[in-house]
Amino acid sequence: MCQIPVSLLIYKFDGLQFLQKSIKNRQVIPENSEKALLEGLAINDRKAVETIYRQNFNMVQVLVLNNNGSADDAKDIFQEAMIVLYEKARSGNFELNCRLKTFVYSVCRRLWLKRLQQQNRYASSGDSMENVVAVDEDLAAHEKRNAEFEMMENAINHLGEPCKSLLEAFYLQKQNMQVIAASFGYTNADNAKNQKYKCLMRLKKIFFSQYKSERTNG
Amino acid sequence: MDDIKILDTVERYIRGEMKPDERLQFEQLRKTNSEVDQLVVEHTLFLQQLNHFGERKSFSSALNEIHTDLTEQGKIDSMKLKGKAKVVYLWKRYKRVTAIAASIAGITALAISTLVWTVAPRNNSNTEALDRELNKVKQLQQAQNTEMRKIKNQINSKPIEFKSGGTGFMIDGRGYLITNAHIVQYSKNIAVVDNNGNQYNATILQKDNSRDIAILKIDDKNFNRIPSLPYGISKTVSDVAEPIFTLGYPRNDIVYSEGYLSARTGFNGDSLTCQLGIAANRGNSGGPVFNHNGEVIGILSTRDTESEGVAFAIQSKYIYDAVKNLNQVTDTLNLKLSSKSSLKGLNKQMQVKTIEKFVFMVKGD
Repeated sequence: MCQIPVSLLIYKFDGLQFLQKSIKNRQVIPENSEKALLEGLAINDRKAVETIYRQNFNMVQVLVLNNNGSADDAKDIFQEAMIVLYEKARSGNFELNCRLKTFVYSVCRRLWLKRLQQQNRYASSGDSMENVVAVDEDLAAHEKRNAEFEMMENAINHLGEPCKSLLEAFYLQKQNMQVIAASFGYTNADNAKNQKYKCLMRLKKIFFSQYKSERTNG
Repeated sequence: MDDIKILDTVERYIRGEMKPDERLQFEQLRKTNSEVDQLVVEHTLFLQQLNHFGERKSFSSALNEIHTDLTEQGKIDSMKLKGKAKVVYLWKRYKRVTAIAASIAGITALAISTLVWTVAPRNNSNTEALDRELNKVKQLQQAQNTEMRKIKNQINSKPIEFKSGGTGFMIDGRGYLITNAHIVQYSKNIAVVDNNGNQYNATILQKDNSRDIAILKIDDKNFNRIPSLPYGISKTVSDVAEPIFTLGYPRNDIVYSEGYLSARTGFNGDSLTCQLGIAANRGNSGGPVFNHNGEVIGILSTRDTESEGVAFAIQSKYIYDAVKNLNQVTDTLNLKLSSKSSLKGLNKQMQVKTIEKFVFMVKGD
């Protein structure tokens, strides 16, 4: 197994470059503004996420509604695209070659067409391809992450309580061991640490059994 | 306990929480100890996945919060579809399904009708036949209705019909009667009633309006023929002042009245009739006028409107004329009148008793 650099876990944003090739997409939102938005998105900044949401949701909703979709479908598709964008922003090598709106539209279009095909429903390709960019690589990466996400979700759901809550408190909510010991009713932090270790070992076992079988299959 | 410490150290290393010298020392350990190295690699990957999971979860919940907030603030179109938008949306969503369903329905309908058409032509003709039968029944019923209405009308109008009534008397036992033409002048249906109240249908054989004589025939299966009549019909006019009597139906019962022959001619010297001094009423018209021998000398027909007790009778010789005419028209009939009376010498009561069953009430519409 190769050595993974520790720096992977430390997110850098110097890779975010916004090269706007299309002239007509340039005017409305200045370059700085979109860059700032994506920087905000990468750290899950509420205001940045809200702005992107507000600026793009209606467009996606119209797209989905006009193509045999419902309002709920539109919400799902748009939020998935937001996750794609979020992950891309976090990945550190985000290179956006077009306007943010175009990227969101392209992703949503692909996601929706795919879902229609899965449901064996008719997809009209009547909408114009003018404002669409290639997002295949982004979606491939997204699908891989989706699979990993599901694996982790599965593993955690298999754990059962109190392991699930204990690990979530420590690794996701980044709570202090003393606080965890108090709230979970352990006599001291060492006891909590002991319990956390057992839970972690179980989780890793479940997760890696899936992860490795997935890898060998792939 | 050792394992926990090792993992704790690895996590601190991964998180970059080590001091520079401790970190250098740990990196040396990684290079020499492959087990530790592998643990570091594995755990790094695992923590990375776990981090991704957590971040994405919190991001998703953030997105949902934002969606709700923005919808509440009206900054994005909440798709509470209403009115036309909803119709358009539903149409767009289901137009393909609708089209397919409509096509299938159409094809099915066509196929079934074709099938019915080809498989069951016989049934079809049966249906047609039934149709015709039905039409027949319908027509029949209509005809029956018309008939029934007619009959009903007849029944209903009977009292009106026979309101114009008079008297008639038999001149032949087979059912031939003499009466005034004016009684049955406008009548289509005629009935005669004898003094016992038996009613028979009758038809007009001949009607002479100028002489006011009509010959009727009882046309009823209930009527029984009479072999011979007791009275004769005189061929001549009697003498003035001869006592005469008549029987008639001025009301529903037969009424007798008597008088005398006033003159051998009628009103203003009319030679067709003779004048009588007798109390006559409406309904006495057509009644026979007898002399004391029981011979018919005339048919009571009119009365003087200005003077009371004056009536006129058609002279009996014209009865012969009428019968003669009728016999000429219809060869087979051959009516024969008798001039001989068998009532001669009988008293009035006996004469009337014998005669009255041959005097009929005549009713016409």
